Amino acid sequence: MFNRNHKEKIIESMFFLVSALTVIVLLIMCYFIFSDSLLLFKNISIWNFLTGKFWYPTSIHQQFGLLPLFLGSLLVTAGSIIFSVPLGIACAVYISEVSHPKVADFLKPFIEILAGIPSVVFGFFGLVVMVPYIQNIFNLPTGQTALTGSIMVGLVALPTIITISEDAISSIPSIIKEGSLALGATRWQTMYKVIIPASFSGISAAVMLGLGRAIGETMTLMMVTGNAAIIPSFPGGFLHSVRTMTATIALEMGEVSQGSTQFHALFAVGSVLFIMTLLINLIADYIKTRYRFKVE
Amino acid sequence: MRFNAKTSEKIAFALLSLAALTVVGFVLIILGYIIYNGYNAISIEFLTEMPSNMMTQGGIYPAIVGTLLLIIGSMSIALPMGIMAAIYLKEYAENNLITWSIEMAISNLAGTPSVVFGLFGLALFVKYFGFGPSILSASLTLSLLILPVIVRSSEEALLAVPSEYRESSLALGISKWQTIRHVVLPSAIPGMVTGSILSIGRIAGETAPILLTGAAYFLPKLPESVYSQFMALPYHLFVLATAGTNIAKTNSIQYGTAMVLLIIVLILNTIAVLIRRHYRQKLKI
Repeated sequence: MFNRNHKEKIIESMFFLVSALTVIVLLIMCYFIFSDSLLLFKNISIWNFLTGKFWYPTSIHQQFGLLPLFLGSLLVTAGSIIFSVPLGIACAVYISEVSHPKVADFLKPFIEILAGIPSVVFGFFGLVVMVPYIQNIFNLPTGQTALTGSIMVGLVALPTIITISEDAISSIPSIIKEGSLALGATRWQTMYKVIIPASFSGISAAVMLGLGRAIGETMTLMMVTGNAAIIPSFPGGFLHSVRTMTATIALEMGEVSQGSTQFHALFAVGSVLFIMTLLINLIADYIKTRYRFKVE
Repeated sequence: MRFNAKTSEKIAFALLSLAALTVVGFVLIILGYIIYNGYNAISIEFLTEMPSNMMTQGGIYPAIVGTLLLIIGSMSIALPMGIMAAIYLKEYAENNLITWSIEMAISNLAGTPSVVFGLFGLALFVKYFGFGPSILSASLTLSLLILPVIVRSSEEALLAVPSEYRESSLALGISKWQTIRHVVLPSAIPGMVTGSILSIGRIAGETAPILLTGAAYFLPKLPESVYSQFMALPYHLFVLATAGTNIAKTNSIQYGTAMVLLIIVLILNTIAVLIRRHYRQKLKI
C-alpha cells in the first residue's frame, strides 16, 4: 500500500514540475529580454529612448528613438481594430445566436482556417493583391501603407475576436434568453438588450486579445507597410509608409552584430512590446474574471 | 425613420449574416487566389529538387524538409510537456496561488508576440547555451511558442470528460493515476490530438521566431545535424517575395511555396475537423 501511494506522489510531483516550468520559462524570458535591453541604457538614457523622435540605427550619429516605431504600431493596430472588432463581434453573434446550428458547423471551419493561415501568407497576399489595389484607389506612389497593414492585420486578428466572443456569448445561460423572449421581446431585441450586455466582459476580453494579436503581428506588417521609420501623422498617416516595432526587430536583427548598441536597442524595443502585451493580457484576464456572469 | 420590431430584426439579421459572409468571403478569396496562381508551379520536381540558379529555378525540397524537421523537433518537446501540464492543472491542482501563477504564466505566454519568442530564443538558445543559429535553437523556441496552445486544448479535452467517469473509477478503489491513465486519458486523447494538429500548422507557418534563431536565406543542401542552419517554407516565401534581387523571376515559385504552406494548413485543419466530428458523435452515445 505504501508503495502505491509512493508512486502516486512521484507521478503527481512530476506533473507539477512540468507545469511549474511554464512559470520558470516566463521568468527566464523576462530576465533575458530585459537584461539585454538594460545594456542599451549604458549608452543612451531611457528617457531619450522612449521619447526620441528618430530611429537612425546605421547612420554615423546613431539615434534610437522609439516614438516612430511605437506610433507606427499604434496607428496600424488602431486601424485594424476599427475594422475587425465590429466585423468579428457581428460574426460571433451570427454564429452563436442567429444561424441554424448546421450553418454554424459549416462556418466554424472557415474561422479555423483563417486562424491557421500563416502570417507570411497573409503578408504575401497583401503584397501581391492589396498593395497594388490600395495604390490604384488612392493614386499613391506606393501601396505599402499603414492602411494596407491595418486591413491585413485586421484579418489576422479576426479569428481571435470571433472565437473568444463566441465562447462568451454561448456561455450565457439560456434561462436569461428565454426570460426575455417570454416577455415578448423579439430575438434581435433579446440579443442587443440582454445577450450582448450580459456577455460584455467576455467580448471586451476578446477585443483585448485581438489587440494583442495585432500589436504582435510581425511578418504581415513587414511585407505590406513599407517600413519607413517616420512618425506618422493622423489620420493622413494611413496613406503613408510606417514601420512597426515588431517589423523593426525582424528587419534589423539579421544584420546587426551581437552586443552592439543597435543589438541592445532591438531588445529594448522587444521589451516594450513584451510589457505591452503582458499588460493587455493581464487586463483581458482581469475583465474576464472580475465580470464573469454569475447566475444563482 | 422608425421600424417596428419585426422589420428591425430582419435588417439586423441580414447585416449579421452579411458579416459572416464577409469573413467566409475573405477566406475563400485568399485561398482561391493563391491556389489559382500556385497550382501551375506544383510538380514532383518542384517538391523534390533543390533550388538552383540564385533561387530563380528548381524546387523547394530543402525548405519542405526544414519545416518537417521543425515540426518533429518542437512537437516532440512541446507535446509531452503540454499534456503533462494540462493533466496537472485539471486533475491534480488545488485552487491556490501556485496554480493561479501557472495559469497566468500560460495565458501570458499565449499572448506574447512570436517575435519576442524569437528574441528570447536568440538570447537563450543561440547565445547563452551556444547552440548557434540552428534547427535545435529554432525547434526549442517554437516549442515554447506552441506550449500554451497545447496546454489549453488539452485542458479543454480533459474538461470534456464527464466527472462520473473519474468518480466511478475512484469509487472502485482504483488509484488516481490509474484512473487518469486508463479512464480519463483514453476519452480525452482525441481532443488533445485535435489541438496538437492545429498547433502543427502554427509551427509550419511561424516565420519571425525562426528568422532570429537559425533559418537560412539560401542553403541548397539538407541540414546535417541539429546544429545546422536550415531552410523553411515560410521564410523561403518571405525571402523570395521581398528580399530577392529577382522578385519577378521567382513569381511562380512564390505562389507555389505559398500554396504548399496553405495546403499543409488545410490538410491539418481537415484532419482536426474530422477527428472532432467523430469524437463528438462518440460522446453523444
